[in-house]
Amino acid sequence: MNIVLKDVIILHPEQKLNEKTDILLEDGIIKKIGSLSENEIKNSEVYNLEGNYVTPGFFDMHVHLREPGREDKETVITGCNSAAAGGFTGIACMPNTDPTIDTAEVVTSIIIKSKNHLVDVHPIGAVSVGRKGESLAPIAELVEAGAVGFSDDGVAVKSASLLRNAIEYAGMYNAPIIEHCEDPSMDDGAMNESFTSTQLGLPGIPTAAEDLIVMRDILIAEYTGGRVHIAHISSKNSVDLVRQAKAKGIKVTAEVTPHHFLLNDESVKTFDTNYKMNPPLRSKEDVEAMIEGLKDGTIDCIASDHAPHTIEEKEMEFIYAPNGIIGLETQLGISLSELYHKGHLTLEDLVYKLSINPRKILNLEIPKFEIGKEANFSIFNPDTIWTVDVSKFKSKSRNSPFDKKLLTGKPTGVINKKRMFIDDKFINLA
Amino acid sequence: MGLTSRHLLGMQGVPAEDIQLILDTAKTFREVLERPIKKVPTLQGKTIVNLFFENSTRTRISFELAQKRLSADTVNFSTSTSSTKKGETFKDTVRNIEAMKVDMIIVRHESAGVPTFLTKISKANIINAGDGRHEHPTQALLDMYSIRERLGKLEGLKVCIVGDIAHSRVALSNIYGLKAMGAEVSVCGPATMIPRDIQKLGIRVYHDIDRVIAEHNVLNVLRIQLERKAGTSIPSVREYHKYFGITAERIEKYNNNIVILHPGPINRGVELTSEVADGPYQVILDQVTNGVAVRMAVLYLLGTMN
Repeated sequence: MNIVLKDVIILHPEQKLNEKTDILLEDGIIKKIGSLSENEIKNSEVYNLEGNYVTPGFFDMHVHLREPGREDKETVITGCNSAAAGGFTGIACMPNTDPTIDTAEVVTSIIIKSKNHLVDVHPIGAVSVGRKGESLAPIAELVEAGAVGFSDDGVAVKSASLLRNAIEYAGMYNAPIIEHCEDPSMDDGAMNESFTSTQLGLPGIPTAAEDLIVMRDILIAEYTGGRVHIAHISSKNSVDLVRQAKAKGIKVTAEVTPHHFLLNDESVKTFDTNYKMNPPLRSKEDVEAMIEGLKDGTIDCIASDHAPHTIEEKEMEFIYAPNGIIGLETQLGISLSELYHKGHLTLEDLVYKLSINPRKILNLEIPKFEIGKEANFSIFNPDTIWTVDVSKFKSKSRNSPFDKKLLTGKPTGVINKKRMFIDDKFINLA
Repeated sequence: MGLTSRHLLGMQGVPAEDIQLILDTAKTFREVLERPIKKVPTLQGKTIVNLFFENSTRTRISFELAQKRLSADTVNFSTSTSSTKKGETFKDTVRNIEAMKVDMIIVRHESAGVPTFLTKISKANIINAGDGRHEHPTQALLDMYSIRERLGKLEGLKVCIVGDIAHSRVALSNIYGLKAMGAEVSVCGPATMIPRDIQKLGIRVYHDIDRVIAEHNVLNVLRIQLERKAGTSIPSVREYHKYFGITAERIEKYNNNIVILHPGPINRGVELTSEVADGPYQVILDQVTNGVAVRMAVLYLLGTMN
């Protein structure tokens, strides 16, 4: 099947591409980039995409798919549908599943389930058996089965010595250790510790709990020469620590979620549990530091920490409600509205943060605009104004604080693995 | 003139006129409590549920008496562990109770924010009887009533709340209420018991109890929960008593005009000595009596609004 993406702007900063053109795909393979003959157009399904950008497919390196174990919240397939609708062609899925991703069998089962989907799924293995922080998971075997990074997800690796070993062992396969940075002796809270938590009478989690582990991890990365990736960074001090470490040449990378660069802890004043997450929403100063970190490159990428929960679990007393929100279907719109349209980042910067950098961190191939290559593209219109409607989400869950939010910039479609998702449906291209 | 809100979720944002109205109404009910027949028909036909998800004998009995003296029909739902943990969600529990057609819900819960959450799932008037470490507005109202009864006013008084401020629901409600009424409010306790940035509420923070006694008209002394973190937030109860305990010697030395309040239950020998708890400076049992009158006032004002 031939399709034409007409009047698009192809944007690929690594290939130095930023130009208006047409793209011809034959069975999902890039056949031609440039102006097309009438014949080429006549024999193709033509998508008139004036105003749209086509970029290397977006990648979200922090997604909770909930399968195996909590398929009532999300499955591999519904999570992939949500990713496609959100403009992503690839995701990395985290190991806080039941059972956790600490055997090759679990890695394989997730990969098999996603095999026929447009979206690439790359599992993140557990650092330790059962994520218990005692003994190393079979990291080599997990890499062989397809794991691309390791994390004890939801908690920091329990001890400095185990972290050191994990960094060195996973380093043999150039797989990063992805850390949820939170000191377990200071994690007993329901929101950020601040004047707001004092006013609300909610137990607080200090930013120092995050900073302590970021510092520890940086020191161990420096000592071993290995790699560590800071998941969902949220505190100003942590951004400063990462900035200093990078300046020293230490191999540390960091991601931030849209909610941490957009919302602050005053949102919790409604006691709406869709503002309960871990790390918690921080202060205005911390939010500003996230934007600064994105601008100067301290923060490498944007990731959603997509965390589906059932309605009945989330509609609960604040201190009992589980942490987290879903983010796959709002991430691109929020990034465009808050970072691009507000002048903090260019579209090129966003392609780095949403596509190129996360793939580099996980050692994945970066999609290119090259004749003969299989297309792996995201298509979006940065100027489309739309209103978020959680009831229309492809995700199985609805726990988002962004319902009814007006956003500027919307995913139009994605193409990958010879499939296309556009106009709310999947199309086989070959 | 009535109240500006149909719920009492906390003292934050409650205007001085509303507080004044509640305290004045309570004064009338306080007189009813001195009569041989302590009952009025004001809330006849109203159904009130006391929804207590946390142990609280005193507050529940005080509310229940207030309801009975106003002739309301009352039902108690008490459970020490949340029903969530037994499988039914909090929302379902409330909806079930709501389906029985209730007019008012009095709620106590270990999670801050539950009364706010209730207003979203129930049509009843909601009264917060204590949510986590957040607020306990009727306690603050009865404290203010008791101070006003003893000293004749609130405006311009210097009131200090002493003890574990961080884990208290009484402290915040008192701070908001007293400030609205024009009092000068401060807190005193070990630094580990003072929540972050509380001075931003426009209050002073003290760690020297002698100075606090000397410089204030009223102390509201909070209970030190013996089971809570002794050894981590304070070295020992003994040390707490030595440096923060209110003793007759301290009062006599620094300020024998001071008025001592305590929301109960008292740990004698910890935050207060028996001499103080039973002595001439305290209004602790008046607080208990006034509590019934203040709760009658709140129930009456909210229950006759709609």
